[in-house]
Amino acid sequence: MAAITAPARATEDTAKRVGGGRWTAYWLLAPGALWLLLFFVVPFYSLVSASLFDPNGSVLTGYDVTYHVGNFGTAVKNYYPELLRSLWYAGLATLVCLVIGYVLAYAIAFKAGRWRNLLLVLVIAPFFTSFLLRTLSWKLILSDHGFIVDLFQKVHILGSDGRLLNTWFAVVSGIVYNFLPFMVLPLYASLEKIDGRLIEAAGDLYASPFTAFFKVTWPLSLPGVVAGTLLTFIPAAGDFINAQLLGGPGQRMVGNVIQSLFTSTQDYAAAGALSVILMALIVGLVLVYIRKVGTEELV
Amino acid sequence: MSQASEGSRSLHLSQVTKEFAAFRAVDSLDLDVPHGSFFALLGPSGCGKTTTLRMVAGLETPTSGTIRIGDTDITYAKPYQRPVNTVFQSYALFPHLDVHENVAFGLRRRKSKEVDRQVSEMLALVELESQARKKPAQLSGGQQQRVALARALINRPDVLLLDEPLGALDLKLRRSMQIELKRIQTEVGLTFVHVTHDQEEAMTMADTVAVMNAGVIEQMGAPAELYENPRTTFVANFLGQSNLIAGKVVGREGDFVKVDMHGIVVSVPFDRAHTDGGEGWVGIRPEKVLVAEVGEDIDAPGNHLEGGVVTDVSFVGVSTQYLVRMPWGQELQVFEQNTGRRRLFTHGEKVDISWRPEYAFLLDASQDAHAGIEEE
Amino acid sequence: MSLVAQALRWTKAHLVLALGIVVLVYMFVPIAVVVLMSFNDPGKSKNVYRFHDFTLHNWAHPCGPAGMCHAVGISVGIGLLATLVATIIGTMAAFGLVRHEFRGRSFANTVIFLPMASPEIVMGSSLLALFVARGFGGRLGFWTIFIAHVMFCLSFVIVTVKARLSGLDDNLEQAAMDLYANERETFWRVTFPLVLPGILAAALLAFSLSFDDFIITNLNAGQTTTFPMFVWGAAQRGVPMQVNVIGTVMFLIAIVLVVGGEVNNRRQTRALAR
Repeated sequence: MAAITAPARATEDTAKRVGGGRWTAYWLLAPGALWLLLFFVVPFYSLVSASLFDPNGSVLTGYDVTYHVGNFGTAVKNYYPELLRSLWYAGLATLVCLVIGYVLAYAIAFKAGRWRNLLLVLVIAPFFTSFLLRTLSWKLILSDHGFIVDLFQKVHILGSDGRLLNTWFAVVSGIVYNFLPFMVLPLYASLEKIDGRLIEAAGDLYASPFTAFFKVTWPLSLPGVVAGTLLTFIPAAGDFINAQLLGGPGQRMVGNVIQSLFTSTQDYAAAGALSVILMALIVGLVLVYIRKVGTEELV
Repeated sequence: MSQASEGSRSLHLSQVTKEFAAFRAVDSLDLDVPHGSFFALLGPSGCGKTTTLRMVAGLETPTSGTIRIGDTDITYAKPYQRPVNTVFQSYALFPHLDVHENVAFGLRRRKSKEVDRQVSEMLALVELESQARKKPAQLSGGQQQRVALARALINRPDVLLLDEPLGALDLKLRRSMQIELKRIQTEVGLTFVHVTHDQEEAMTMADTVAVMNAGVIEQMGAPAELYENPRTTFVANFLGQSNLIAGKVVGREGDFVKVDMHGIVVSVPFDRAHTDGGEGWVGIRPEKVLVAEVGEDIDAPGNHLEGGVVTDVSFVGVSTQYLVRMPWGQELQVFEQNTGRRRLFTHGEKVDISWRPEYAFLLDASQDAHAGIEEE
Repeated sequence: MSLVAQALRWTKAHLVLALGIVVLVYMFVPIAVVVLMSFNDPGKSKNVYRFHDFTLHNWAHPCGPAGMCHAVGISVGIGLLATLVATIIGTMAAFGLVRHEFRGRSFANTVIFLPMASPEIVMGSSLLALFVARGFGGRLGFWTIFIAHVMFCLSFVIVTVKARLSGLDDNLEQAAMDLYANERETFWRVTFPLVLPGILAAALLAFSLSFDDFIITNLNAGQTTTFPMFVWGAAQRGVPMQVNVIGTVMFLIAIVLVVGGEVNNRRQTRALAR
C-alpha cells in the first residue's frame, strides 16, 4: 500500500516545490477570488437585502431595508404562474435536450472516428453567433407563413390559421436549441471516457445492443447526464429571451417578470424577492435531483 | 584526465534516507559509484531505486544523509545547480521545441559557446542528424529515446542518470538500444547510473549492479558474481530463478559444508555458504541441475538426488524446462539445454537429479524463500 | 436512383451517426438563416422575418442603421478589456489552484463553479442590487458592464486554463530544471509556452461570452447600448438586416480561429502518424 502511494506523493512534493509555497498560491488566487467575492458573492447579499426592502420605496426616494418578508408572499401570489411555467418549460426543454444531445454526443464519441474533433468544433460553433440573432432566426423559421407552419398546416398538425409563434412549442423549442451545446459537451466528456471494449465485452457476454446500452453505457455516462441536465436546466429556468422573442403574453417566464420589474417598473423589492425565490427553487430542485441520481460528481 | 580528478568526480551517497509521511522509501543508503562506471540500480517497483535517482538529480530532497560528487556536497543543491543530467522514463522531451532545440536546451541555459556545432556533433553520435528540425511528436519511440539521451549527454555531466529509459520500447528495439547505450557510454566515458526493474537489462549493460529491495541495497557487485553467488533469497530469486531447499548444516569437510536436506546430504562450498546458524536454504540455479534416468551415470559428482518424478515438461526451443517433484514433496525446476544429445523426459517419469557442489549456495534460513519472486 | 439507394444503405449501417449529423444540421439551420438574411432586401415590406430579395446593400453599408456600429464598438471595447482582465487574473488563479496545495482549495473550486451554474437573471439582478445599494445606480454604464463581464468570464477562463495545466506532464518542468533552467527560465521557456494554447482558447471563449451577453448586461448597462442590446431594442420594431452582417462576420472570425487551431493540431497528429 505504502509502496503504491509513494510515487504519487513524490510528484506532489515536486509540484509544490516547482510552484513555490502556499503564500504564492494565495497571491495568485487573490485578484480572481476578490473579484468573485465582490461581484458574485456580495451581490447575493445585496439581492437578499433588496428582497426585504420596504415596497413603498422607489429609486428616487430610496429604499429602506425593513425586513419586509411580505415581499415574498406578494411575489409568489402575483407571479406563481410565471414561476411554475419557468420550471415546466425548463424541465421539458432539458428532457428534449437530453434525448437529442445524447444521440449527438454518442455519435461523436463512438461513431465519428477521425472526424471527432471537427464535429466537436461544430457543436461549439453556434456559440459564436449571437444568442439573440439565433433566436431571431427561429422567429423567422417558425413565422406564420414560414416553411414549417405551412408544412404543419398541410399535414393538419395545425389548423389552417394555426400558428407556432406565441405558443409554448415555440418557446420550448427555442430553449432546446439555445442550450443544446451545454448538454452535449458534458455528455461527450463522460462518454468519451468509456472504453469501447466494455460495450463489446457486454455484447460478448450475450447482452443485446439494447441491454448493453442500458446496463453499461448509460450508467457510465451518468456523471455527464447530471452535469449536462444541470447546465441546461439552470440557465433555461432563468432565461427570458426565448419567451420574449418567440412567445406571447401567455408564455411569460419568471425571467421576463424580473427583468421588467427591474428595468421598467423599477420595483426593486418585488424583483429582488422574485430573484431570491427563483434561486431558492433552483437550488432546492438541484439538491433533490442530485440526491435522487446519487452522484456527487459535478462537471 | 588525471587519476586524481577522475576520483574527485565519483558519486557518493552516505546514510541517505528518504521518508514520505510514514513510508520510508530509502533507508540509510550508502553507495559509491566510481567515475566512468556503468552502474545499475536494480529492483522491483517501489523498492526505492527511483527515489534514490531523483535525490541524486535534485528532484527530491533527502530526509537525512549526504550526497556528494567528488568533494562537493550537493545534497540540497537545486537540480539546475548540479553537474547531473537525467534521461527521464517518459523522455520528457519539450513538445514545443524541435529536436535541435531540445538538445541545445541545457547548453543555452549555461550560455555555452558554439551551441549549433556541439548539437550537430551530438546528433551525429546518436544518428539523428537528419531529424534535427522535427518536433518530438514526429519521431518514433526509439528516436525520442535517443533525443532524450543526447539532450542529457551534451552537457557532459559528471553523472548521467537513466530512469528506466528503455521501458517504453518494444523488446527488439530495447535489445538494440541496450547495445547502443553501452557503446555510447564507452565512447564518452561518463558515469552512468541506470535505474531498472529488468534484471536482464541491468546484467547486460552495467559493470556494477546494486540490487535494491525495500529501501536498502541487498547486494552489489559484477553481474556474474551476483548471479552465481547470491547472498540473499531476494537476490537469488529476483536475478534469474533459483531452487531453494530447506536444510540443516551437519558438518564441515575441507572446503565444503555438509547440509542435510530432508535426509539427503549435499555439499556446498564453504565460501558460498551465507548463513550463521545451523539451518539454511540450499540454493541451486535450474540450469545447473542435471536430470537423468533412474540409475543413469551422469557427469555431476557429488550431489545426487534420487526419487524424483517429472510433473511438468515445457519445451521452449533452446531448452526444456522440467518440474521434478522430490520425495519431500517440493517441486524443483530443471532447465536442460536442447543439445539434441539427450532425450526428452515425459510427464510422470521417474528420474534422478544431480548438480556439481561448486554451483550450490547456502542462504540464511531466517529469510523468506519466496522473496523477490515477481508475481506477474 | 442508385445514389439514393447508396445513401439509404449508409444510413442503415450508421444510424446513430446519421442521427447525430441530423442534430448538427439542426444546430446550423438558424446560423444559415442569419447568413442568408444578411443578403436580404426587405424592400418596402414591413415583415423583416421573410426573405424578400437578394442584395449586397447590407454588406456594402454595414453601418447604415443609426447607432448600430457605435453599439458594436462598445461591445468590442468591453469585450477586449474584459477578456484581457479575465484572462490574466483567471490564468493566475488557475495556476494557483493546480500548482498549490492549500487550505480551502476545494471551497475555491466550488465558488468558481457556481457562476457557471447560476441563472444569469439572478446574477444580473444581484449585481444591479449591489450597484444601486452602493449608490452607483445613476452611474451604470461601460464600467459596470465591464465588471459584470469579467465576473462571469472568470470561471470559464479558470476552468479552461486549469484543464490545460493539469494535463501538462510535470516531468517537463523537472527536465528543464535538470537542464540548468532556473525557476524563472523553466516557467517562461517551458510551462508558459505549453499552457499558451489553453490561455488563447480561454480568451476566445471569454470574448465571445462578453460580446454575446444580453441578460446581465441589460440590467447593468444604464444608458449604454451594447450590440446585443441594440438587437433587442430593434427586435421590438423590426431588425435592420445589417445585424445579420455583424452576426455573420463574428461567426466567420471565430470559425477561422477555431478551425485554424484544429487544422494545426491535425497537421501535427498526421505528422506523428508518418
